[in-house]
Order: sequence, then structure tokens, then C-alpha cells
Amino acid sequence: MKILVAVKRVADYNVKVRAKSDNTGPDLANVKMAINPFCEIAVEEAVRMKENGIASEIIAVSVGPQSAQEQVRTALALGADRGILVQTDTDLEPLAIAKCFKAICDNEKPDMVLLGKQAIDGDNNQTGQMIAALTGWSQATFASEITIDGDAVTVIREVDAGLQTVKLKLPAVITADLRLNEPRYASLPNIMKAKKKTIDNTTPEELGVDTSPRVTLLKAAPPAERQAGVKVEDVAELIDKLKNEAKVIS
Amino acid sequence: MNQLYFSEEQNMLREQIRRFVEQEIVPNGEQWEEDGFVPRDVLRKMGDLGLLGIRYGEEYGGSNMNTLSSVILAEELGRSTFGGFVATVMVHTDMASPHLENFGNKTQKDKYMPDLISGKKICVVAVTEPDAGSDVQGMRTTATEDGDSYLLNGSKMFITNGVKGDVYFVAAKTDTSVKASRGITIFIVEKGMEGFSVSRALDKQGWRSSDTAELVFDNCRVPKENILGELNKGFYSIMKNFQNERTVLAAQSIGEASKALEITLQYVQDRKAFGETLWDKQTIRQRLAMLQAKVEAGRQLTYHAAWLDSMGQDCVKEVSMAKAFCCELVNETMYTCQQFHGGFGYIRESAIERMVRDARVQSIGGGATEVMLEEISKRSIVD
Ligand SMILES: Cc1cc2nc3c(=O)[nH]c(=O)nc-3n(C[C@H](O)[C@H](O)[C@H](O)COP(=O)(O)OP(=O)(O)OC[C@H]3O[C@@H](n4cnc5c(N)ncnc54)[C@H](O)[C@@H]3O)c2cc1C
Repeated sequence: MKILVAVKRVADYNVKVRAKSDNTGPDLANVKMAINPFCEIAVEEAVRMKENGIASEIIAVSVGPQSAQEQVRTALALGADRGILVQTDTDLEPLAIAKCFKAICDNEKPDMVLLGKQAIDGDNNQTGQMIAALTGWSQATFASEITIDGDAVTVIREVDAGLQTVKLKLPAVITADLRLNEPRYASLPNIMKAKKKTIDNTTPEELGVDTSPRVTLLKAAPPAERQAGVKVEDVAELIDKLKNEAKVIS
Repeated sequence: MNQLYFSEEQNMLREQIRRFVEQEIVPNGEQWEEDGFVPRDVLRKMGDLGLLGIRYGEEYGGSNMNTLSSVILAEELGRSTFGGFVATVMVHTDMASPHLENFGNKTQKDKYMPDLISGKKICVVAVTEPDAGSDVQGMRTTATEDGDSYLLNGSKMFITNGVKGDVYFVAAKTDTSVKASRGITIFIVEKGMEGFSVSRALDKQGWRSSDTAELVFDNCRVPKENILGELNKGFYSIMKNFQNERTVLAAQSIGEASKALEITLQYVQDRKAFGETLWDKQTIRQRLAMLQAKVEAGRQLTYHAAWLDSMGQDCVKEVSMAKAFCCELVNETMYTCQQFHGGFGYIRESAIERMVRDARVQSIGGGATEVMLEEISKRSIVD
């Protein structure tokens, strides 16, 4: 089985991202970048499938700037076999990214596309679903457990009401939720080995993808600052404030 | 990341160590401080990730990287805020095991390297004695030939990993009739050898999660095949390895100082006083700005010294500068960071309180600042 796994370059989850002073977007200058944590979970799942003899090849794919090669390389150090970087300097929307994946699926013919459920930059939660729509493959989002039996896949999904189990046929698109697994560290010998693995470079244009934006960004601003709380003396005061100041009870 | 000195692999190495430190060290370090040592399974885990064999041959499980990679390890571990943990690891990887790497013969390397790199065995370097520290040549421990072995007699002091270690590289005088620099030999001593004992675990101001021992050798019989390198050439081995030791101590200090500044910047920007934050006081933000500049200068000096070493160039002067500068600077930084934490910085539950105590030894151990300045001075005479 051949798996395509998506890795996105995003600001490290530890970084407090600020808006640019002209409100045109987040200020990412000199910010530490990393693999999107949900993508890391997807990579880990693919690597485990390979270790268990289920997968035969893992291809790590990133759509992003030249520097996203670092994240592809990290995926290779974690156990992916080779990489593809779809290089673009524009910040693509989920639909454009999904179209790039569709084109790569046409070329590579994988049995499964594994992605994070969302990237922590835009929090869009759309790319996986759009790939499924474009390819016409079955999909299971928010996976917390994946079991493979021949060309049937059973996925336990995390949904608002609890856990839902679905059965799909390959090829399929699956997006990883937080509890799917705990990603490993890349060991130093594997980092050294990753150096020798290949990363193919391509571009949206070469893949014939129209990347023109569908959404116009009007303004990026930090969320309103939370006001400091107050301490109330007793329950009576609390009820009074909830009634008359916050007006949440009557 | 830094493109000037580091390769893509080295940047990845840094990233993995940083994550390892955040997830495996920071949440557990306080317990180890109480216990007085770092549990072996943590070191094993580091071994599994290849972090204990960064510089060593692939045939033993190492990764053949250079001095700059040791600097990455020391700097990133330094960011853990637990100096004792850092000492435990760095003595093993960059102060003790290099003796085996640089001077061990094939049989010795085959025997010990795989276990040291995987973290199954932890190693120790024992040079300092109760009566001889900076003055290495003043050591009194002797090793006298007796058939196909040597008998070691004497004691060693302030020995990191000494309580819990497995393999000890011990310096002793094998010829007392010549200048000391020509009569010192290093022996491989294993835990459990007859006549070798840990006489006590030492109670320290800082580095509390690092086990430090006084060792006693009482007619300890060591077979001749355990001579590390050449007979009577041990002093040169010690001097050679000092360079690496000092480079990583500088790097550790820079990691610690950077982290302390980050913690303090956060603290003063949150802490309110006189109707504003501490950060709004110009004197505070300027002091922290200057410290950031100094730490960055120290970092670049350390990288430069390590780079010279990785290019095989003589860098005793630069390494001595980095050791003196960074290990004093980490103390200056901790003092100011603690000051700006106010009373909280004096309380055991704040990281900065521990970091102040941990930093203190770094301008003393591995070549005191004054000794480093003498090394620089010796190389500064105008003719
Ligand atoms: C926690 C800890 C861990 C250690 N781990 C190890 C270890 O694993 N293995 C090991 O072998 N050793 C270890 N040491 C020993 C350490 O390297 C020595 O403490 C250090 O070399 C200083 O030697 P000393 O303590 O004998 O001080 P001394 O040599 O007595 O010097 C005392 C002070 O005098 C000053 N001084 C010394 N020489 C000069 C000079 N030439 N000019 C001007 N001033 C000078 C310095 O300020 C110095 O701090 C450790 C020490 C500590 C505290």
C-alpha cells in the first residue's frame, strides 16, 4: 500500500503569533516554524503502518515555500521514504492545496492520503475533505483509530457526540485527530539517513493548478484582550452581578 | 535557523532535542533534583535517539558529527533549566567518553563504545583530587606496576556521575621520578573492581540532580590492557580533551542564560507594579536588552570556537575565551534575572532560583575563569 502524507509548515505551536502592524496578516518574520502538529500525527500513523507491514511506501508532500523543505525533511527523518515539495510563495487556500494533492494523486496513485484534521495556522479543517471531493475517494475525518484489513479500512472518528465508527474502501482520504497516536522523535541516525532520501520539487503551475484566491482577507487583528476578573464577596453578590451587570440570568 | 554554522541536519537535531527537553525533562526534573540523580531510563531514551553518540563512529551506533553538534546538544539541554541533568549527560558524552574515542584502542572501543552510546553504561572522568584541581599535575593518586596489572592508590574528588557510573577513566601517576606532565596515565576502571569504592556522595549547592562523588582507590588492581592510550601520556590526553569540555560548558551556559532571559522577559512583562508592568520601567528593559546582546555575543563566540575546532584548527585561545566569558556571563545573567523576579525568585518553586544555584559552578569547574584567563594571557604576549 502506498500512502501520501501531508505535512504543512506552520509557526511552532509554542510561538505567540502577533498580527502585523498594518493588519495584513500574522507577523511570521523570524518566527520558529515547524511541522503542523496534526500532520506530525499523520506521519506517525503512516510510519506505524509501514512498520507493521501494511504500507510499502510513504511519500511526504508539502505545499509551501522553499523552506517547507525542512518539514518534508523532518517527515523523511521520521520514516517517510521520499518527499514532494510543491513550491509556491503565495499562501494558498485549502482548495488550491487540495487541487495540488489531487494532481499528485493522479500521478502517484496512492491507496491512502493521510492528513492532519487541520493546520494550526488557518484552522480551516477543509483540505482533507476537499481532496476527497476532488478525487471522489471515500473519506474519514478526525480519526482516532485506523484499522486496515485488505482494502477495507475501519476508522473510529471523534465527533461531538462521542465516537463514531465508519468503514471505508480504499483508496481513501483520512484526517488525523489529536488522540490517534503520540508522534515519535526523529533519532539522530534517522536524521542523517534522511539526508540521502530524495525530495522532488514541483509547482502548482507544473501541476496545472489554478491557485487564484477565492477569499479576500480584509483584516488580521489580535483578539480583544480579556478584562481582568473581579472577586465577589458572596453568592448574593454573584447573582446580582450575573443579573444586572452581565445580564445572563434574569 | 542559523545557516552560517549549521547544516540542515544540525538544525533538525536541535529541533528534536528541544522537543525532547520540553516533553521528557522539564516535567520531571524537579523529582530528579530531589532524588539526587537522573534515572537511567532517561539516559537510555537519549541513547535510543542517538543523542549520546553524536560524535562517534557509525559502527558503534554513532553519527559522526562535529564539535558544533556537541554545542547544539549542550545549548539545548541547558535550556531545560536543570543544570544537574545537563552535567549528567554532558560529562558522559563530551567530557568522559571522548577519552575512549580519542585514545582507546580497537579492543577497548569494541568493548565499551556500544554500551556508552546506547546509554546502557554511563561513564565518568576522574582527574580532580582533594588536593589537586586546577593544578592537574599536582595529583597524588599513583598506579604502580604489579605483574600484568597496576595497583591504584589514592582518591578523587568532585567526580560527576561518580556515584551511579559504570565506567571510570581515572588519571594516576605512573612515574613519579619525572615531571608530572610526563608521568600521568589514564586507566579504565569499572564499577565493582576490587579496591575501588565510592566513599561518599557529595551534597552540593546546585546541580542537585547530578550525582557527584568522592572515590577511593585502595590497592585497586587494574589489568594492563585497561591503560587508555599510551603509558605516561595521560596529561596530554587530559589537556586535549579540556578543549571540548570547555566548549560545551560555554554552550551549556549560553543555553541556560538564554532560557533565563526568556523566562524573565515573560515575568516582567506580566508583573504589575506602580500601575504598570515592570517592563515599562526603562531601567529593567534596558538591563535585559544589554544582557540579550551579551548572551548573543557569547553564543557567536562559542559557535566560532567550535567551528575552528571542527575545522581542525588550533583554538585554545578562543575556547578559553568562550569558557571564561560565557560561564561568567551566565552568573551575571542569573543574578539580574533573579533580581527582577523579586521575592519569587528567591523561592524554591521558581525555576530561576534553581538556575542561579546551578550556574555558580560553571565558572569554577572544567577550568576556573582565572585559569582560562591565564590561557588567554599566555597566548597574548607581544614579542
Ligand atoms: C559539581 C562539580 C563537578 C565536577 N566534576 C568533575 C569531574 O567529573 N571530574 C573531575 O575530574 N573533576 C570534576 N570537578 C572538579 C573541577 O574541575 C575543579 O573543581 C576545578 O578544576 C577547580 O579545581 P579546585 O576545586 O581544586 O580549585 P583550586 O584549583 O583549588 O582553585 C580554587 C580557585 O582558585 C583560583 N585559581 C586556581 N588556579 C588559579 C590560577 N592559576 N590563577 C589565578 N587563580 C587561580 C580559581 O578561582 C579557583 O576557583 C567538578 C567540580 C564540581 C564542583
